[in-house]
This record gives sequence, structure tokens and C-alpha cells, in this order.
Amino acid sequence: MDNVLETKGMFPVFRRSGSETRTTHYCAGCGHGIVHKLLSEAYTELGLQDRTVIVNPIGCAVFGYYYWDVGGVSAGHGQAPSMATAISRLRDKAIVISYQGDGDLAAIGLGHTLQAAARGEHMAVFFVNNSIYGMTGGQMAPTTLIGQKTTTSPLGRNPATDGMPLHLCELVNSLRLPVYVERVSVADTARIMQARKAIRHALEIQRDRKGYTFVEILSPCPTSVGLKPLDAAKFVIEQMEKEYPLGCLRDRSAEAPARPEPKPWVRLADFFGDDGREAPRHEAAEVKERHFKFTGFGGQGILSLGLVVADAARALGLETTWLPSYGPEQRGGDAQCTVVTSTHLIGAPAVEHPELLVVMNQAACGKHLHTVRPGGLALVDATVRVDPAEIPEGVRVVQIPAIDIAAAAGVPKAANVAMLGGLIALEALGIPQHALVEALERSFAKKPALIPLNKQVLQAAIDHCRHHGLAGELP
Amino acid sequence: MTKFVKGNEAVVIGALYAGAEGYFGYPITPASEVAHKAAEYFPATGRVFVQGESEDAVAYMLYGAAAAGCRALTATSGPGFSLMQEAISYMSATDIPTVIVDVMRAGPGLGNVYPEQADYGQVVHGGGHGSYRCIVLAPGSVQEMCDLTMLAFEKAFEYRTPAIVLADGQLGQMMEPLRLPKEEAKPVDTAAWATQGTQETRRNLLTSIYLDAPAQEAMNLHLQEKYRKMDRAFQRAELYRCDDAEAVLLAFGSSARTARSAVDALRAQGVKAGLFRPITLSPFPIDALLPLAGKKLWTVEMSAGQFRDDATLHLAKAGKLAEIGLINRMGGMLIAVTDIVRTVKEAL
Repeated sequence: MDNVLETKGMFPVFRRSGSETRTTHYCAGCGHGIVHKLLSEAYTELGLQDRTVIVNPIGCAVFGYYYWDVGGVSAGHGQAPSMATAISRLRDKAIVISYQGDGDLAAIGLGHTLQAAARGEHMAVFFVNNSIYGMTGGQMAPTTLIGQKTTTSPLGRNPATDGMPLHLCELVNSLRLPVYVERVSVADTARIMQARKAIRHALEIQRDRKGYTFVEILSPCPTSVGLKPLDAAKFVIEQMEKEYPLGCLRDRSAEAPARPEPKPWVRLADFFGDDGREAPRHEAAEVKERHFKFTGFGGQGILSLGLVVADAARALGLETTWLPSYGPEQRGGDAQCTVVTSTHLIGAPAVEHPELLVVMNQAACGKHLHTVRPGGLALVDATVRVDPAEIPEGVRVVQIPAIDIAAAAGVPKAANVAMLGGLIALEALGIPQHALVEALERSFAKKPALIPLNKQVLQAAIDHCRHHGLAGELP
Repeated sequence: MTKFVKGNEAVVIGALYAGAEGYFGYPITPASEVAHKAAEYFPATGRVFVQGESEDAVAYMLYGAAAAGCRALTATSGPGFSLMQEAISYMSATDIPTVIVDVMRAGPGLGNVYPEQADYGQVVHGGGHGSYRCIVLAPGSVQEMCDLTMLAFEKAFEYRTPAIVLADGQLGQMMEPLRLPKEEAKPVDTAAWATQGTQETRRNLLTSIYLDAPAQEAMNLHLQEKYRKMDRAFQRAELYRCDDAEAVLLAFGSSARTARSAVDALRAQGVKAGLFRPITLSPFPIDALLPLAGKKLWTVEMSAGQFRDDATLHLAKAGKLAEIGLINRMGGMLIAVTDIVRTVKEAL
């Protein structure tokens, strides 16, 4: 075959498995070879060959990389648009092509096809529609015509059981971001010339960074459709084109804005405000580990209260863990979190038997009061009825009207802050007041206007405790 | 500098410092904060964030990203990881490096969003089709969520294979102080194999189809040789109070945190206990485990015993038949320190 002219953009010889040849692996009369040639001529003539990456599909064109002398990647079933998405997003200068057949693109990959089109990814999709699964063995595809016989519709596609053909160009054309959508055919010379124009136009749009293009190419498959090559071409013209009319459905290439250049990377130390200074480390010879549990109802600020305590501890250089309840619970149900602070590495962040329990509603009291370890403290809101019989031996229960104190100050949402005031007055956390107040202020970093009111609530709660003689360190 | 963050956020910080160029995400509890923070941090630092339409699409986006020679990652939980298996098999077969973080939740099925460790089998043994396995790292703290994400990128690109960070809901949701990495990783030159859309890389091809059986076998042998190399060079484990221990707990991830507390509690009660914590689950750190084979052993894990069975098998392959006890909870129930202490004391 040495006399065959070299095709622009294709390898001079095709390294098919075990041989070097100038023939393709396609059947006689198959349209893929023509589309391959049109595509390689287009990227070469437009000067895009070096920049082109073709995502090779599943199916007959799986070996496209035997022929196309461009970057080649093999996709999984239906996933060429996903891969092309990532390549295009990360390699801004690459011309990314997704080449797919109808079994691949319209069946298993339909979702990914439409999603990539809906996102308006910068890629050229070339969709070879031959109405049937080719390589897999002539099975029914979403594009199989009504009445068409295949190995999985041996009596002909029956709309009652097999549904109706899918029209991909029309589907893609229902989306807003695609720039260019056209259906062409390679069934005869005049049609091939139109297909050539369409393929070239799609790549020009990629070159100009305009966006997503979708070109459907009706293509004969003599082997699977079960016709001689000329009859297979006639089938495309006379039957497929009735179901899938040729033509341009959309061309917005003139008005589409070009893709902006990517932004430069920001230095991470600048982004995170890392001044290179190390946090202080809390030094202590003896391990002192403390276990706190905060409980109540979602919306009472339970998790934030725990977070303020944890943040105060870690700012002092203590090892600290904060573990929240999460998931459906946080939507209106129980809320709880645990905080462990230690001078040494912490094991389990979950707390079985806290030395301090904060309770802000009735349900939490029933659920958690019995877990407090002997010698521990439970700080409970005054709205909760505590049954003396339920208090574990050796546990001190203190009740303060945190919810009322916050409401009286006009900030009912700050009941958790009133609780923090109680913890400060009782010296229950082993963390100095200034550290807790600073952590409280940090927690309002995005709403600094709220800081004075919250500090007022905090002080009111401290004053309440002092006034009622509630004080004393945790045993 | 220290930041007080959730484990899920630490993953994103680690990825950024590892030089990740793209995050391809799909939300799932309890991993969603990884996507939330990536959506915030990646574009703000000039990188790419894409929310895909499904976990299988996202996994193929990772394949595309790596095929283009770029560092990218995603995070998911069990049901999502199951959907990613096909792409992970493809990437393994194509010598493609990527990083996936699995923040495990309880299963099987839809399960719930609380921590479990029952993805062990499908993650450690390469749950997709074919004879492959990935690098699997098991962080045990918020700091390690960051550090091991960085290490995952380093090793994935060193061996050109997918690396999985196997965490769980507790590690993802808990907050601890995180020391930010000191330096950003240097970009890796991938031009030798990746398709970057450049003249230099135009002839690069990434595929996993070998129609000839001998070629397919050769590819398999190549993978197995790579895994042997990894096994020899990259085992990591942490031993805690094991030197004089009579009873040793084997645990990874957040179970290792609980087990560590149990070791301290047992020691306080006069029981010589220790903890063996694998940091690499694949390669399995058999070299560090082997000397402990004669001691009384238990795994502490949030699964039906997947890790216990694996440890038993690794010891047996190394010539040590050991009976390993199982202390476990499932369904999102946390293992209590007191339960571990009681079980060990009753057995001694």
C-alpha cells in the first residue's frame, strides 16, 4: 500500500496490534474512516495538531489513536465528556475533542453528554451516529430506527417495548450554552463535503475559545446493519435522514464571548495569612485531660459554644478536639458536641463520661445527665426540670436562667453565651476568662457588630452567678 | 501557623500545598465540607473547581486531569466510592496518578452518615475489575488528614498509581489544631507521559486496552511488579507503647484514637497494652506487625472484621498463624474505650 498518499495529521503507518499497515481496522463501507480523515485534515490545516488531544471512545473508534497523530486518551464507557471536561479545564491551551459513537454517547453516556453541554465545556464533540452498536455486535442503540432489526431487536425495534429513537442534536440544542450544533452525513460525496465544513468549523470555534460544539455525523455501518456498502449508504440517506434531518440547528460562534485567560496562582502563605510563626505549645509534665460535653436543641448554639471553648483552649497551646453531632440531627433535632483538651496527644475525641456537661433543653437532660462522671458538674438551664433522683452520685448540678438572661438583654439567640458566662463564673473549664472572651470575639469575626451585645450577655450571666453565690472550681 | 479546622478542611489545605490544580467534586455526607472548602479555596487561589454530575463522572474527570498531567483530587464517601471503582480500575491500568479521599460512612446500602470503616475491603483490595490495588493511607488526626493528602499526591506521582486517603466521618467532622505546611510542593514534570496539548507530548497515549492476551498479561505483570516495589519501599506504621506490651490493639483511623485511649486506660490499670496503627493500609505494613505476632492481638475497627481478616492473612502469608480478636461496632456506633478495656481484661 506504499502508493497511498499520506493523510495530513495521521500517522504515516498505522501501528495496529502486531503489524504496521496503511489499512484501517474498519469494515469496508464504514463511515468512521472518512470522519477520521476529515478530522485529521481539519486540525492539521488549522495549525492545531500539536495542541489537539482526542479522547478516544469505547466502541469501533476505540483505536482512533492508531491513526490520529495527536495526544490520545482512552475513555471508559460513556465518560469521554467527563475526561474532556477535566483536560479542557486544566489545559487551557489544548484543543479537546470527544469522538463518540451512538451506543457510547447516547446510551450509557447520555447524562454526561448533556451535563458537559449544559456546562458549556470548551470541547468539540463529534458524534458518529450509525443507528446501532457496532463493535459490541450489532445491538439496538437509542438511535436505532423504528422497525430496524438488530441482535437485541430481532423482530425490529418496537416502540411499545423498545421506545422511540433519541435525537441528540435536538436535545443538545435545548440547552443554552452550546455554541454550534449541526447534523451532517458521510453517505455520499456532496454530504462529505458538508461534513468537512462542519468539522472544520467546530475546530475553528475551539481555536477561538468560543465554547461547546456538537456535530452529529450520520454514518453507514454495513456490517451491523447487514447491508452491502452501497446499500448501507442508501440506508443512511433514505431512512436515517428521515428520522434525523440534516442541517445546522445553531451557530452562535460570531456572538459567543471568548473564554477568559486563567487567573494566576496565589501564594498559599499569603492566602492563609501564614506569617511563619509557630503557635505556643502548652508545656506540662503531667498529663491533664479534660472532657466536656455540650447538649441541647439544634439552633441553641450548642456547637458554637463548644467551638468557642475549644478555640480558647487551642489558642493557649493545648491539644484540643471538637467533635459535633452532624447529619440529619443538626436539622431541628438534638444537638451535641464534645470537647477534649489536654497537655498531651488526645486519644478518642468522643466523650463517654464528661466531667462537665452543659444542658440547654429537657430532652438532653434525660439523655446525658446520667453520663457525668462522679465529681463532675452539670450546668443546666433553669427551664429544665431536673429530677433529683436522676442526678448521679457525686455530681453537682447548677441551674442558671441562661435563656432568660439572653432574652432580657434582647438577644435570645445568645443563651449559649449566657451559659459560657456561667462556666466562667464557676471556673468550670480550667481556661482563663480572657482566653474565652477572645475566642468569643473571634467567633464573631464576620459579624463584629454583635460582639458588644454578646459580651453584655456574658457579663450578665457572670453577675447572676456571683449574685447567687454560684462559684467554685471543678473538683 | 496553626488553624483550628475540621478534618475535611485539612484535606483541602493539604491538597493545595501538594500542588493540586483541580478539584472535581460531588457532594455526599460526611465528606461534603471537602467540596465546600475546595469550592472556596481553589478558585480563590487561581485553581480549578468543578462540580460534576455524579461520582462516576467525577472519577473520570480525575482520569482526564491526570491524563493531562495535572494534580487533581476528589473526596467522597462509601456509596460514591463504589461508583468510582470503574474509573479507578482504568486509572490503575493506565498508570495514572490521582488522589481520592474516602470519608467513610455506615453501610451497606444507603446506610447512614455516621462513621464506619467498612469500605476497607473495597478500597484496600482494589474493588473494581482486574488485578490492581491502590496506595491507601489511613490518617488518624486532622493534622494527618492534611499531611497524608500531601503524601498521597507525592506517592501517587512517584509510582504513577491512584492513591486513596481512607478517613471516616469522625475524622472528617472533628476539629483539631492544624499546623499549615511550610512549603508548597514543586510542580512535577509529566511531559514524558501525559497528553498536555503540546508538541512535546503530542505522541503520548494513555490507554488500557490490549487486545492481544500476551500484551494484556505483560501489562498485569508490570502492575504486579510496581506493587511489589511499593511493598518493599513504602510501608508505614506507628507503634505506641508496644515494646513491653502483652496485649496489642491493631487499629487505624479514628478507631486508633479510641484504641490509644484504651491503651492508656489499660496501662493505668496495670495491663501492659500497646497499639499498632497502620498508616499505609496498602502496602500493608507487615514488617512492623510481624514482630508483634506472638502477643495477644485484637483489632479495634468499625466493620465486621475486614481489617482483622486482612491482618490475619498478611501474617499467615509471612509465616505466622495468629488468632486475632475482634472488638468492633457497626452502623455508625462508636467503640467505647470502656468496652475495649473490659474485653482485653477479661481475656488476659
